[in-house]
Amino acid sequence: MSERRIELEVLRYSPERDREPRFQSYTVPCLDEWVVLDALNHVKDHLDTTLSYRWSCHMAVCGSCGMMVNGEPTLACKAFVRDYPDRIRVEPLANFPIERDLVTVMDDFMEKLARVKPWLIPGEDKTLGSGEHRQTPAELKRFKQYTMCINCMLCYSACPEYGLVPEFLGPAAIALAHRYNLDSRDGGRAERQEIIARDEAVWQCSFVGACSEVCPKHVDPAGALQQVKLASTVDWYREHLLPWVKK
Amino acid sequence: MSRRPYVREMPTTHWFLRQPRYLRYMAREVTCVFIGAYAVLLVIALARLAEGREAYEGFLRALGSTAGIAFQVVVLAFALYHTVSWFSVTPKAMPIQRGEEFVPGGVIIGAHYAGWIALSIVVLVLAGVL
Repeated sequence: MSERRIELEVLRYSPERDREPRFQSYTVPCLDEWVVLDALNHVKDHLDTTLSYRWSCHMAVCGSCGMMVNGEPTLACKAFVRDYPDRIRVEPLANFPIERDLVTVMDDFMEKLARVKPWLIPGEDKTLGSGEHRQTPAELKRFKQYTMCINCMLCYSACPEYGLVPEFLGPAAIALAHRYNLDSRDGGRAERQEIIARDEAVWQCSFVGACSEVCPKHVDPAGALQQVKLASTVDWYREHLLPWVKK
Repeated sequence: MSRRPYVREMPTTHWFLRQPRYLRYMAREVTCVFIGAYAVLLVIALARLAEGREAYEGFLRALGSTAGIAFQVVVLAFALYHTVSWFSVTPKAMPIQRGEEFVPGGVIIGAHYAGWIALSIVVLVLAGVL
């Protein structure tokens, strides 16, 4: 197994000690199969126990270890060191306040996510005893890609609109609202439209497309937002030109 | 232990210089300025036409001048970039599902190019070129 020494430059921030973040450099001996998260774990275990960062599954499922690796929003568990030069710069996810070191404040995203009601609001009243809400494979296919979202927030970090206008509801929350709106078992679209078809929501998006480019699960939030724009536009014309037509 | 989150502001004037993908986005957005400029040119053409034959022929001579041709070449280049970049993202906004499968993006993009060519032929026929 080959070993390679890399310089890991980590943005550090201690709210007790630092006025502003600063870079700290560590020399890390890396194995060929290591990801950036392994290098951080090496620092934590052997070089500097004070380093703070989030991680859990180490397999791109939990969405905890999102950070900027050489300026790109990335899951640290999916970023192989062998794909990077000898100097790797690691920073907390952009567009989020820094709590400590590589740990960001997620409160804004969590609040926005809950706001779009990302759960099934049954379209018909059924008792538990009357059986399951059935769905065909074609109906599942309509929204399945959006169910792959792991709430890692890389899309928010890549989105310049969110960086410039923090009120923006953002890619993942709107894409998840779209996911439930597309679900044949759901009847909550009207409730969600009140939240997502607004200026500070879907109309804040100018289709940069960066969210979809950085998504580690190959979800296409940019596509979802454009589809929401189209559907909202159709709603508007229906409401104003054909008010007698029932939705 | 006290919480004191550090907020990093995004530069409002040069944020798009940070990433090549942001620059590509800005390039796509800037093309609309040139599309708008050409629309203004068409309005001027109508105004000259309304003023009479002499005014319109003067307008045509201005179009044929070096500056006029340079303007049109630049606008054409930006219009092509505008068209190609927007057509390339149409499958995202308008996915079409047939049964359990989505129609390949290339088919949706191709349909837009086919529509573009068909409309161009109609315009050329109306203009008496074809």
